[in-house]
Amino acid sequence: MSDDKNKEIDQLSGVETTGHEWDGLKELNNPLPRWWVWVFLVTIVWAGWYFVAYPAWPTLSGHTEGSKGYTQFNELRESQDEIRERQQAYLERFNKASFKEILNDRELYAFAMAGGASAFKDNCATCHGTGAAGGKGYPNLIDDDWLWGGKLDDIHQTLQYGIRADNYDTRLSQMPSFGKDKLLTREEIETVTDYVLSLSGAEQTETFEAGHEIFQKNCASCHGEDGKGKHEFGAPNLADAIWLYGGKRADVFETIYVARAGMMPAWGPRLDEPTIRQLTVYLHQLGGGESDEVQAELIDEEAPLPDAGQYNDAPLEAPEYENPEKTVTPAEEEDAASAE
Amino acid sequence: MSSATETPDYNYEIVRKFTLATLFWGVIGLTAGLFIALQMVFPDLNIEPYLSFGRLRPVHTSAVIFAFGGNALFATSYYVVQRTCGVRLYSDKISNFTFWGYQAFIVMAALGYVLGVNQSKEYAEPEWYADLWLTGVWVAYLYVYMMTIINRKVSHLYVANWFYLAFIITVAILHLGNGLALPVSLMGAKSYSAYAGVQSAMIQWWYGHNAVGFFLTAGFLGMMYYFVPKQANRPIYSYRLSIVHFWSLIFIYMWAGPHHLHYTALPDWAQTLGMTFSIMLWMPSWGGMINGVMTLSGAWQKLRDDPVLQFMIIALAFYGMSTFEGPLMSIRAVNALSHYTEWTIGHVHSGALGWVGFITYGAMYHLVPKLWGRERMYSTKLISMHLWIATLGIVLYIAALWPAGINQGLMWREYNDMGFLVNSIIEVVVAMKPYYMIRVLGGLLYLSGALIMAYNVWKTIRGDVNEKEFAAEQQGVAA
Repeated sequence: MSDDKNKEIDQLSGVETTGHEWDGLKELNNPLPRWWVWVFLVTIVWAGWYFVAYPAWPTLSGHTEGSKGYTQFNELRESQDEIRERQQAYLERFNKASFKEILNDRELYAFAMAGGASAFKDNCATCHGTGAAGGKGYPNLIDDDWLWGGKLDDIHQTLQYGIRADNYDTRLSQMPSFGKDKLLTREEIETVTDYVLSLSGAEQTETFEAGHEIFQKNCASCHGEDGKGKHEFGAPNLADAIWLYGGKRADVFETIYVARAGMMPAWGPRLDEPTIRQLTVYLHQLGGGESDEVQAELIDEEAPLPDAGQYNDAPLEAPEYENPEKTVTPAEEEDAASAE
Repeated sequence: MSSATETPDYNYEIVRKFTLATLFWGVIGLTAGLFIALQMVFPDLNIEPYLSFGRLRPVHTSAVIFAFGGNALFATSYYVVQRTCGVRLYSDKISNFTFWGYQAFIVMAALGYVLGVNQSKEYAEPEWYADLWLTGVWVAYLYVYMMTIINRKVSHLYVANWFYLAFIITVAILHLGNGLALPVSLMGAKSYSAYAGVQSAMIQWWYGHNAVGFFLTAGFLGMMYYFVPKQANRPIYSYRLSIVHFWSLIFIYMWAGPHHLHYTALPDWAQTLGMTFSIMLWMPSWGGMINGVMTLSGAWQKLRDDPVLQFMIIALAFYGMSTFEGPLMSIRAVNALSHYTEWTIGHVHSGALGWVGFITYGAMYHLVPKLWGRERMYSTKLISMHLWIATLGIVLYIAALWPAGINQGLMWREYNDMGFLVNSIIEVVVAMKPYYMIRVLGGLLYLSGALIMAYNVWKTIRGDVNEKEFAAEQQGVAA
């Protein structure tokens, strides 16, 4: 078969065919489109330039380095440096400042809140929720009910060493399993359950007196005679109608029967000190920080506010204390508590 | 060779089987896709363990790529090789084995996925036993195809066959290379890959990228090179372009895999090669689009009334878009933003739904009446309806996922002026929800189109002709 014999001119386009034919299909003998050839060549030349400028070809002893000194590690370092520089503008002053100074310095306060919000989302939100409202077994961090204390130093300590975590300084306590370990009978637990519920407003049952007695003997040493809890044991306030493991009668019964012991990892080994301090300020400010020796002074409203981006709509103000006039020292607070 | 003296006795039976399998698996694969898209919006739809997202995702990808796409390639390659070689397909028995063997592979793979048997290599999920079985089927496929070509009655080999052959041979090499594994026991499903660490990643993306290049590109270009000139009844635009773009495509494609591993443990030099070869791949890819679209030059008016040709031309437009977007996304700086985001999913679907899906639909609408000896499809209007519903579906899909991906990438990397990360992962997930909802709508439309096609094909096979349409056409002719 000779193709040349079969060549013909296509009527519609006026272009010659190649003379091949398959199942009625023919081919026109159009040249390569010029622009196609040119763009193809440009991409090849560009690739050639790239081979010279960047690491590109393997060699016996490694690979060509490229004239630009590029490595992905250099690129990473450069962009990390740029981010670090932004923090560095505040970090030196932040590290030297006390919590009190931070709370009274608009810039440092905004810096702490921004860093705290960012670290919270990344590390804490998994358990405590993005809005920090917690859930069953995970404390709500936006109310003023604290297990281990809500002063800045308490929060810092809790963050640093964790709760029932793997170190000597961790927050540690253990409620007895009153039912499981047969310290109380089922009936006694029912009775004290009703008593505990009555502390936060439930109607008193006829076993109130008996419950009161059981409570004083078994529970008051940690939860206090009034059931308002003690921070040094991480013993919750039972009179505020806030329940970590549920406030229904069955929930409370179960808690007394088997006991609870939540845990939080120690963040000291995982986060650096500035981040833990930022988190401390952030958590303290979220809504429930307890008063402290730190007293908010009037911050300079005129100072330009640094742009910290978004951080959970927290107001850019020093925390408001219930009684800003009076400074309560920890010692006084303890005195007041024991007086009750 | 002059005009055929007699029509060879072509084996259409095997093509009919693969055609029906294409439509069947197409509907299954698109339904699976719609379901996992819904799972992204409503996580409660994850029915553990068998119907969780992790197990259904490979069901979707394998069903659309290997079951729908694979059967379409079998059907059209067996049809095209016979007609362009002027000879009956070699060995009815072996070709029949490739049909049942391939369907068995699909079922084996899918059952494995839902039962949790998966070797965790993307697009190569089936375990060793299914891989071995597929190897047997594929060798049989290559044998049937080669023998048909060897027995051909014409001296030259039509360009469609080059592409089909490149697809069959390369997929065999990729499958063997990436699938090397040692089974833990002959009675167990589990195996360990021959590769570990970054070598494993590199081999996997050498496979993965060339599966796109040779399965979804070269194979379907073979389809395009036969059905576009056939449907348009025009000669192919340029023989020279087809040669140059064929060889440049298959040479350059092989190098591009590392662009899937930018900013990973893969050495810089390998990333550079993957990126530069991807850029050089742009024009070789576009050669196929030019040759397809320009085949209509001088006959553009055919595009106005023929929805089958419209399917093919829209397919080529999506092909051009995604083969431009691919090199763009392979550039390191662009990839730093786009990698791991929904942008990639949008990119893949503009190629899969637009190019692979539409060129297949076009070829099927051309094939079905011929295979079952009908004058025409049951209804041309329904073809048009399929075309526009599916096009709208694709547009919704990609118009949602492109901005979704860019948004996602920007949110992930956003630092505020004080040097702190602004968003947590969950906040980015929440921001994606509206886009995921639009994707569901797009997927639903695309699936609806496929169901319309299934109905139209079923009526055609039964021998029905839409009376109203037919009467209207006759009237038009009479007037």
